[in-house]
Amino acid sequence: MEVESAKLIGAAIAMGLGALGPGIGLGLLASKALEAIGRNPEAQSKVQTTMILAIAVTEAVAIYALVIALMILFA
Amino acid sequence: MEISIVAEKLFTLGTFPVTNAFLIGVIVSLFLILLMQKVVRNKTLVPRGAQNVIESVFEALLNLIESVTQDKKQSRQFFPLIATIFLFVLFVNWIGLFPGLGTVGLLHGEGSHATIIPFLRSTSADLNFTLALSLITVFMVQLTGITALGVVHYGKKFFVSPFHKPYGIGTLVGVLELVSEIGKTISFTFRLFGNVFAGEVLLTVMLHLVPFFLPLPFLFLEIFVGFIQAIVFSMLTLVFLKTATLPAEH
Repeated sequence: MEVESAKLIGAAIAMGLGALGPGIGLGLLASKALEAIGRNPEAQSKVQTTMILAIAVTEAVAIYALVIALMILFA
Repeated sequence: MEISIVAEKLFTLGTFPVTNAFLIGVIVSLFLILLMQKVVRNKTLVPRGAQNVIESVFEALLNLIESVTQDKKQSRQFFPLIATIFLFVLFVNWIGLFPGLGTVGLLHGEGSHATIIPFLRSTSADLNFTLALSLITVFMVQLTGITALGVVHYGKKFFVSPFHKPYGIGTLVGVLELVSEIGKTISFTFRLFGNVFAGEVLLTVMLHLVPFFLPLPFLFLEIFVGFIQAIVFSMLTLVFLKTATLPAEH
């Protein structure tokens, strides 16, 4: 197999598998946050702020996979 | 369509290579410095115009910091670092969305191999900048912890003696904390770099595929992402600063 095709397959697999975990994690996060807001609408701004922070940290894991995929493709 | 992870070099000043990301960073710094200078020089008790906007932004930031630290004096102490990180990262993320991203630039190469080195590239899409910023942040966290607790007490968080209560597990947890400081540096770096660089690649690809109307939702996404990443960087810095000043629990 040539290096070029190996690069393409490698980048695709890296990003594809790397997005599984964070995808599930983000779904869980958002659902729990929505549940919390539903139970206690007064605490909405606190819950929302913490949720955004947690979303960004979880998203970062998917971004690590993206960086690896981009490095495989372009460097 | 040229996508490169490394920021492209525009010209050299002596032996220092000036990349497009560096140039944009310098321009944004100068803009912020001149803006703040103009506002401070003619400040009035009743704010109008630019001073009003800046004061409201600062007040919002101060309230946000205070809601995390629960301590007025500490919020004042943390405010310069957090506000600088927030404003600089925000503007540098957003300036990468100006028209000309990946398209306006210097011609480089000959004939059929000619490519364009774009002028506009977000500074946060340069790994050097995000690494430097996260090193500064982690260093400031350690420094704040040491000034608040003293070197010995702060060291006690990481180097727990195996002869006291948790007997060995404490030592392991201490070593883990030390390693996680390095992990924080790396995660700061790659979170900001990955988000902004991936956004730029996405926009470049979209603009090359369908130049009209289709990139609109992606532009909105990029505005949102730039804002969120600035907030997340400063908020995480704030949280780490706060936990560094807490004494080690038993």
